[in-house]
Amino acid sequence: MCGIVGLFLKDKSLEADLGRMLSEMLVTMTDRGPDSAGIAVYNAHQAGRAKITVQADHPQTDFDGLEKKLGTAIGARVKMDVRDTHAVLTMPQASLDAAMAELRQLDPVIRIMGRGESIEIYKEVGLPETVVSRFDIAKMTGTHGIGHTRMATESAVTTMGAHPFNTGSDQCLVHNGSLSNHNSLRRKLRRENIRIETENDTEVAAAYLTWKLQNGSSLGEALESSLNDLDGFFTFVVGTKDGFGVVRDPIACKPAVMAETDSYVAFGSEYRALVNLPNIEQARVWEPEPATVYFWNH
Amino acid sequence: MEKLDLQALGLRALNEKLQNQTDETNQKDWEIINPRGSHAIAVGVDAPINVTVRGSTGYYCGGMNKQAHIHVDGSAGPGVAENMMSGTVTIDGDASQYAGATGHGGTLVIKGNAASRCGISMKGIDIVVHGNIGHMSAFMAQSGNLVVCGDAGDALGDSIYEARLFVRGSVKSLGADCIEKEMRPEHLDILRELLEKSGCDAKPEEFKRYGSARQLYNFKIDNAY
Amino acid sequence: MSDKKQNAIPQTVPVQSSTFSKTVNAEIRRAAATGIYDIRGGGAKRKVPHFDDLLFLGASISRYPLEGYREKCETKVTLGTRFAKNPIEIDIPITIAGMSFGSLSGGAKEALGRGASMAGTSTTTGDGGMTVEERGHSSKLVYQYLPSRYGMNPDDLRKADAIEVVVGQGAKPGGGGMLLGQKISDRVAQMRNLPKGIDQRSACRHPDWTGPDDLEIKILELREITGWRVPIYVKVGGARPYFDTTLAVKAGADVVVLDGMQGGTAATQDVFIEHVGQPILACIREAVRALQDLDMHREVQLIVSGGVRNGADVAKCMALGADAVSIGTAALIALGDNDPRWEAEYQKLGTTAGAYDDWHEGKDPAGITTQDPELMKRFDPIEGGRRLNNYLKVMTLEAQTIARACGKSHVHNLEPEDLCALTLEAAAMAKVPLAGTDWWPGKPGTSY
Repeated sequence: MCGIVGLFLKDKSLEADLGRMLSEMLVTMTDRGPDSAGIAVYNAHQAGRAKITVQADHPQTDFDGLEKKLGTAIGARVKMDVRDTHAVLTMPQASLDAAMAELRQLDPVIRIMGRGESIEIYKEVGLPETVVSRFDIAKMTGTHGIGHTRMATESAVTTMGAHPFNTGSDQCLVHNGSLSNHNSLRRKLRRENIRIETENDTEVAAAYLTWKLQNGSSLGEALESSLNDLDGFFTFVVGTKDGFGVVRDPIACKPAVMAETDSYVAFGSEYRALVNLPNIEQARVWEPEPATVYFWNH
Repeated sequence: MEKLDLQALGLRALNEKLQNQTDETNQKDWEIINPRGSHAIAVGVDAPINVTVRGSTGYYCGGMNKQAHIHVDGSAGPGVAENMMSGTVTIDGDASQYAGATGHGGTLVIKGNAASRCGISMKGIDIVVHGNIGHMSAFMAQSGNLVVCGDAGDALGDSIYEARLFVRGSVKSLGADCIEKEMRPEHLDILRELLEKSGCDAKPEEFKRYGSARQLYNFKIDNAY
Repeated sequence: MSDKKQNAIPQTVPVQSSTFSKTVNAEIRRAAATGIYDIRGGGAKRKVPHFDDLLFLGASISRYPLEGYREKCETKVTLGTRFAKNPIEIDIPITIAGMSFGSLSGGAKEALGRGASMAGTSTTTGDGGMTVEERGHSSKLVYQYLPSRYGMNPDDLRKADAIEVVVGQGAKPGGGGMLLGQKISDRVAQMRNLPKGIDQRSACRHPDWTGPDDLEIKILELREITGWRVPIYVKVGGARPYFDTTLAVKAGADVVVLDGMQGGTAATQDVFIEHVGQPILACIREAVRALQDLDMHREVQLIVSGGVRNGADVAKCMALGADAVSIGTAALIALGDNDPRWEAEYQKLGTTAGAYDDWHEGKDPAGITTQDPELMKRFDPIEGGRRLNNYLKVMTLEAQTIARACGKSHVHNLEPEDLCALTLEAAAMAKVPLAGTDWWPGKPGTSY
């Protein structure tokens, strides 16, 4: 059970404030999820370059020399920006797959949190306030982002059990609710060679979307079919390169509030999360309908 | 007029002030500022006072209200006026899910739309929604009246007992054991009174009535012996 | 002729199937005749691993016992120390579980209140609300907050000594309440706001919250309505005790109440009682482990129930880490439910003393699980109260005797190491060694 926040900026002048606004929204949701927190920020990217966010439990030693080692292995220039236990590795777009393959070999010392042209994913165990502060999220800029605070239901409280989960290039998933058929689905997806690391039900949903996308579905189609294939209670917010998507299960018990102005579209599990947004008094505030997929794109 | 700033006072102090008011109180009018989507605002009040909340609330605003007239100048989160016993709660904006849940009495007016499960398990409360209501509304509704000037979502009145449902617009689908029923003069009277009370100028004749088919009232035993 | 006799084929002995037993076949015939599931009261009747499979080691040369009478063995428990201004102090580690007025007669509820008060412990309301009589007779009353919300109101909420948010119960984790028409009398109908004589269907989920993240907000609301004065309990059936306990604590509970499959109900489908939910023996260590992992053991108290019958059961629950136990079925039997003195009447109902469980029909010869005025006259609440108090006293003395024999000056100082198990299942569930060994299935450090 959890809290979700999301912010999609229509007004470019707000991009410098994205991190600050998203952090505040996330910390407001602390009561809903004290166990761990995570944020995906979509950052104006350099043309032709891609990013991979990685995590290590002992960054001092584990990140030491990683930049050079990876650069040599893929034969391209790699730049590394370290933030606490995470690091963003930037490389030419064309070398992304090779870099992913190299990094996978370093698992579990180095864990891949996300990859794409603009996405960066930061997540750790601890209160939202602690998590946003250790990664300095408040100073980050970006076009859009989603955040999540977790209250674990049936799996352990660990870094990898935290949301957002990376589902594909520039894509991630956060979830509020409890899936009831995740064990069977996990077995089926593992048989399809989809990599699933934890016993977390949300990771199964993320893996399901990945599998669907790999097999030719669009994200919208994958979310539509998730309404049939996933059982239980869920509100999903999916981050994409150009925006984000929202879907609630047909029973729609887990809360979801949206707000829209000329400057932004925002999502929160509770209205409380949105109260500090600019002009919220004049915003159109509504709740997404059950079993309906919504998208906002640049 | 007594003004209470929720951010300055804190929730416990604010609720305590309101809960300390009795039938004999001189302080009839209260205004709450800076609600900022907080939960459990003005819960458990038991006095004939007027409380205006300037802004939108979180969950359970006006929960278990007795006698007070609570007015939210904004929208309300899930479970507004849940288990209300008497008095009124008026929401100028929209209400989230479970509005008026298990209410035993009093009147809940929502000028905007209500989300899913409006009037769930209602036990005597009257609810008037000027806009639309979401799915699974009036689920297991035992008694009271639900008036909807707009449309109703899926599964209206599923497993309903004796509550009366009046809908002016369309009903996406009816729930188990809920059927359209004949509108008789006594129903038009109830409807007229509730519409007037809630400040809505819709005409009773424009509404249809829905209620229990009473087929689920007793377990069906084949060769009872 | 004699040749034929000598070569006659011997008679085989007729063999009844274990799978298609007499009981099973009778049920199939009943289902075929009526087209409706079998509804009954009580908890799981089939044999499951239980406290009888555990034994205390007692004192010996390495461990010394306490003298009875002269050397004290404390039994007091304080419930709700985490957040409540007024925690509840009970004199014995045994409370009376939630049972509704409606499923029980007014007289039975009065007897429970009288007996519990004499013993210095609490009773609990049920799915139907608080009656004036019950509040009057119980010195400590826990008010249940159920999915149905029948009779719920802020005045009664404020009269309660504690509030128990019921998420589920052992007989039917995931199911709602049920009361059939025969027991929906005028008074019951009025309290529950239902038409008289209908078969009440109750919701299985709370109407205005879903999930522990929402439960946290609901608990906040209840505390705000009651001025943060009283403890808030959260009750669950035996489903996923580790996760359920963890989430109850995270949602802000003061006390967790855990009810195993032997826990009774007024009425539900037999299939639910017998096939959903775990034995309490399998739940206790897991719930305690959750509390210990959160550093909340003894900070958030744990009350367990489901087939607690005597002081040995009480002591075993304490040893496994619980703070108190709750009794339902046992209390009713103490009052006189299923007593052989009514055997002639049980026979007329097609049953026998000890097996009578069609409480939903409202024909209880003992006048306890009925609303019939004639039958209710047979039950004397004052005598019932005295009997319950006697029974609670015996359970307490038995628990103290065992605790002293294990060298404990408080029943809470009993620990798992005071126990051994007679069967593999009990050893695995209670995580105590099989008698004569130092091992149980799943013991850390072993590969199986």
